[in-house]
Amino acid sequence: MTAIATRPETEQCGGTAPPAPRRDSERLFNRVALGSLIALALLWLVPLAWALATSVRPAQEVVTDPTGWFTAHPTLDAYGEIFDAGKLPYWYANSFITSTLTTVLTVVMASLAAFALSQTRFRLRRAAFVLLLAGIMIPGQVLMIPQFLALQSAGLLNTYWGVVLPQVPNVVAVFVFKQFFDGIPRELIDAARADGAGWLRIYWQIVMPISRPAVSAVTIFVFVGVWNNFLWPLLVVTDPEMMTLPVGLTSVQDVFGVPYAQLMASAVLGAIPLLAVFALFQRRIVEGIAGTGLK
Amino acid sequence: MATTTAPSPTSSRGDRWAGPGMLLPFALFYLVFLVGPLIYTVVAGFFETSLLKSGLGDFAGLSNYSAVLGDAEFWRTLRNTLWFTVLTTVPLVLLSLALALLADRFVRGRWFFRFAFFAPFVLPSAVVSLLFMFIYADQLGLAQEVVTWFGVETPPSWLGDPDWAMISIAAATVWWTIGFNFVLYLAGLQDVPREVHEAAAIDGAGPWQRIRHVVVPMLGRTTTLVTVLQIIASLKVFDQIYMMTNGGPDGSTRPSLQLIYDTGFVEGRVGYASTVSLLLFLVILFVSLVWFALVRRAEKEN
Repeated sequence: MTAIATRPETEQCGGTAPPAPRRDSERLFNRVALGSLIALALLWLVPLAWALATSVRPAQEVVTDPTGWFTAHPTLDAYGEIFDAGKLPYWYANSFITSTLTTVLTVVMASLAAFALSQTRFRLRRAAFVLLLAGIMIPGQVLMIPQFLALQSAGLLNTYWGVVLPQVPNVVAVFVFKQFFDGIPRELIDAARADGAGWLRIYWQIVMPISRPAVSAVTIFVFVGVWNNFLWPLLVVTDPEMMTLPVGLTSVQDVFGVPYAQLMASAVLGAIPLLAVFALFQRRIVEGIAGTGLK
Repeated sequence: MATTTAPSPTSSRGDRWAGPGMLLPFALFYLVFLVGPLIYTVVAGFFETSLLKSGLGDFAGLSNYSAVLGDAEFWRTLRNTLWFTVLTTVPLVLLSLALALLADRFVRGRWFFRFAFFAPFVLPSAVVSLLFMFIYADQLGLAQEVVTWFGVETPPSWLGDPDWAMISIAAATVWWTIGFNFVLYLAGLQDVPREVHEAAAIDGAGPWQRIRHVVVPMLGRTTTLVTVLQIIASLKVFDQIYMMTNGGPDGSTRPSLQLIYDTGFVEGRVGYASTVSLLLFLVILFVSLVWFALVRRAEKEN
């Protein structure tokens, strides 16, 4: 970990680190800080590393020495057995389809709504915004029963729409978009209005192209949220071929009992797509979270 | 949406309806999937609604409320939920603050800390539960082995002992979700001006004093936000408990949301489950309103 260094005194960046150590106490404090941080970070990585290590050990070895880390004969058998036993390709596809559908619908509707609340003027606009904000306080899980009954009577159980529709009205998404739109200079909008552009055109041709940070933040947190949702798809989907990945993974668990190499293989398979998304969009995800309701 | 060619933003016909029109699609979804179900939940609490019969069923007045409030299981699941909330909120607020304060001192290498602490947060609850069921497994899990190294003769059965099960689930939850608060704190720290550090350092304040008396007080807003979001998230706990212990052993980890799930979906007692839902909603609403009051008071003081 030699790449870690304290900030040099001359560096003029917008961060907040104190100036370089001037006294021994400062130096000592930095050493202790760095030591404990690295120790904790490594501790945090242990469960993930252990899952990965266990998943490539031969099943027999895991039985005889369950807490071993290394194997002389790494194998992908556990992964093969998972693929044969479960309907993993279906689950990946279902998760991908439901997450994508929800994300597209949410981004379009939430950005339109936020644009109306932020830029246009109409009666009851404030009241509408307050009413939407109140929705942040309603925990979705508390509304499962009526949502379930509504979808049941609409005949949407065991369908993609059944998983998707209730997850579309995401109030936080509207909030993030509105925060961003409020920061767009009025002159830009006024000039376009003076040129005779309609609101829809301003939204589509002017505002959306410059709102990519907000769009990607909302895209990522809605996508990951739907991908990881457990309780709702557990209720709506009973057909194994329609299950999403998290629900499918827990159904495998009942089939296998306790072959841990296979369980860890399925945990790794469930984790990989998201860790990939995270590795690719780390900065955007972090910006998206940091921008929520703080500024 | 008719586009207008009016040269100035006067409210011609097309204009007046542009805003409401753009709001409409989202508003419809919001009414159908949030407001409607909320009203239904309130109403169903006054009826003997059942999953097995269509319609609301017989009018029950306040009998669901008296049944729920007089049910020892309701109070026990609420107690379990609050216990879980305490066990998770305290470390998730304090530890994430400590980690962010330390990580803020280092520029290079920050990506590594962010990755290590935040990566678990993107995992599905199913994966986290699988992972920790293995770690906490009796006789062969990593957790028992580690405490044995430290000289504990008979390690507890982490998920099988009623005294330990909730603590074990809470620890797994801290591992899983701390990254979110860590990132919120890092963002809050970006707003602490550098000059503050420098001025305090010139005054001879050591690093520890600066953190305690200068930086932490400046993070007050972030701390309030992190705490409230955490309490609300913890009150809604379900997934990992359902998968790791299914509320056991002996119901010692069964949270309120599982009571709703079991009575509503497994037993079909919608009226009863709706009443529990509404009471849980009121608890969450109360927490949110306290937060609003705190924020407003803080803004008035500034």
